Amino acid sequence: MTLMKSLMGAAAAVALTAGAALAEPALIFDLGGKFDKSFNEAAHNGAQRWANETGGTYREIELQSEAQREQALRRFAEAGANPIITMGFAMADPLSAVAGDYPDTKFVAVDVNWLDAPNIRQVSFAEHEGSYLVGMMAAMASESGTVGFIGGMDIPLIRHFGCGYAQGAKAVNPDINVVANMTGTTPAAWNDPVKGSELTKAQISQGADVIYAAAGGTGVGVLQTAADEGILSIGVDSNQNHLHPGKVLTSMLKRVDVAVYDAMTAGTDLETGKFAMGLAEEGVGVAIDDNNRELVDAQMADAVEAARRGIIDGDISVVSYYENDSCPALQF
Amino acid sequence: MEFFVTLIQVLDSTIRLATPLLLACLAGLYSERAGIFDIGLEGKMLISAFFSAAVAAVTGSVWLGLLAGIGASLVLSALHGVASITFRGNQLISGVAINFLASGLTVLIAQSWFQQGGRTPSLFGGGRFEPIEFPFAEAISGVPIIGPIYSELLSGHSILVYIAFLMVPLTWWILYRTRFGLRLRAVGENPAAVDTAGVSVVGLRFAAVAICGVLCGIAGAYLATALQAGFVKEMTAGRGFIALAALIFAKWRPWHAMWACLLFGLLQAVALRFQNIDLGGVVIPVQVMDALPYILTVVILAGFVGKAIPPRAGGEPYVKER
Repeated sequence: MTLMKSLMGAAAAVALTAGAALAEPALIFDLGGKFDKSFNEAAHNGAQRWANETGGTYREIELQSEAQREQALRRFAEAGANPIITMGFAMADPLSAVAGDYPDTKFVAVDVNWLDAPNIRQVSFAEHEGSYLVGMMAAMASESGTVGFIGGMDIPLIRHFGCGYAQGAKAVNPDINVVANMTGTTPAAWNDPVKGSELTKAQISQGADVIYAAAGGTGVGVLQTAADEGILSIGVDSNQNHLHPGKVLTSMLKRVDVAVYDAMTAGTDLETGKFAMGLAEEGVGVAIDDNNRELVDAQMADAVEAARRGIIDGDISVVSYYENDSCPALQF
Repeated sequence: MEFFVTLIQVLDSTIRLATPLLLACLAGLYSERAGIFDIGLEGKMLISAFFSAAVAAVTGSVWLGLLAGIGASLVLSALHGVASITFRGNQLISGVAINFLASGLTVLIAQSWFQQGGRTPSLFGGGRFEPIEFPFAEAISGVPIIGPIYSELLSGHSILVYIAFLMVPLTWWILYRTRFGLRLRAVGENPAAVDTAGVSVVGLRFAAVAICGVLCGIAGAYLATALQAGFVKEMTAGRGFIALAALIFAKWRPWHAMWACLLFGLLQAVALRFQNIDLGGVVIPVQVMDALPYILTVVILAGFVGKAIPPRAGGEPYVKER
């Protein structure tokens, strides 16, 4: 009976706090999980920064299955959370189904830019621009004339990464050979470091000496094997340089943390619409820190900086994979 | 010559990929030959992968990690045994429960232990199984044909790989040449006869399930501490189920199990090495290679290539007649 009582008490307390903290933001992580050292972790870091700076609190959930997407959205909307921040392209369909039912709630969709609803802020990143820069660095660091790309699940977004990377590599060295592999076609491809390792070994045996991993948890295996075998790797989304100091050439930063931080800071006054975060908005970039400073010489740093300006000014155009679902520099 | 180098690399990759499958497949073989179906191979590998990596990270000794992994796997085996042997529960349900339990438990413990988001710290030095170089591997590597085969294909794997392949003749010998093996097989075919002979059905089945736990434990430790340097959530990625498919493909026989696992490993290695294969104008997409183990298993089950007959008493709890 006492157990029952305390349970009821807890439930009542939860209901009360839900009523009190009306405009608490909520954050929905994608299937990769909050601590994927990559995409979702960046969102977590942004939210934590907001919480530390403002002393505010937010609600969060790590999705465990596809079926929970819409359910989680409705739960948070019913509980009065505002804005509700969602991670990943897969939230697009549930969002378009739910957003209309809660016109007063504002939603944020990261990695989505094709929805048509007045109360959704859609944030997309120009991953191809950031990947272009790391592709240049890969080509300059490579001695063999072959660089590798290992993607996670074979979806257009990941091909978008690979396409920018290949264009960057070919801009430095038109004869460079880019080897590209995808880990798989199911969500298991985001969490299969063993396969990541084998792909890395296969690419090394094909001559690759710099490998870019855009593969979530699978990338941990890629970076590990690259470090073991004495070649360079490139991390993605979060700064992964520290995972193997001196062995990770750089990381392609996708400032999901900034997007989440901005949304939480704006709170209920959030501006909706479509927002593209490219190099100009510092939404994507290249990570240089103490762990990789020795790997990046002045010549490389200058070339990357010049290309960054060129892309921002429009002098260099990086073709997006989305434009016609194909890549001029790489055959998948 | 280029073709030969590529071939050696693909076969080398095959051995690495086939080892966890082989260990799990042999684990399932002991269990199913004794009449206990086990679809919890995946879960046992996963929990062993976690505990081996966690203990190796904390103590710095990979051997303690291996022991911890085997121990954790044995605990789940015991659970399966109690549920399906002692309490005569449904073996499939118990197996599914073990998979879910391992999947959730590993991430939960990892998060509260290491606060690194459901993974263990990276292992280095004595925390990992290092490759073993055979004697004279370096000297012989220049010899054509034999050199690469000896120094690259056979040498340079971790000790668990050699243990896995030695388990094959050992399993054959145990099952077909010892009294224990005869009884184990009998208990899977006709437990009543074993019982009539005065041998404990329950004891034999528990023994089989325990052996299964040990082998799954080694498989998990191999994934986390030899192939990788740490645990990542769901890192078994369905290998337990491919091992089950291999077991059916091999029709529950040890030597065939080895060949089935090598075949499935080869398919994976080829799929990883050549993304899309161009066979004289016809392009085979990589997805076909990934699906092939399952397709082959269905073909075998459907009886197109000989019949796969499971142990007769498999899946049924034994009830003593009174």
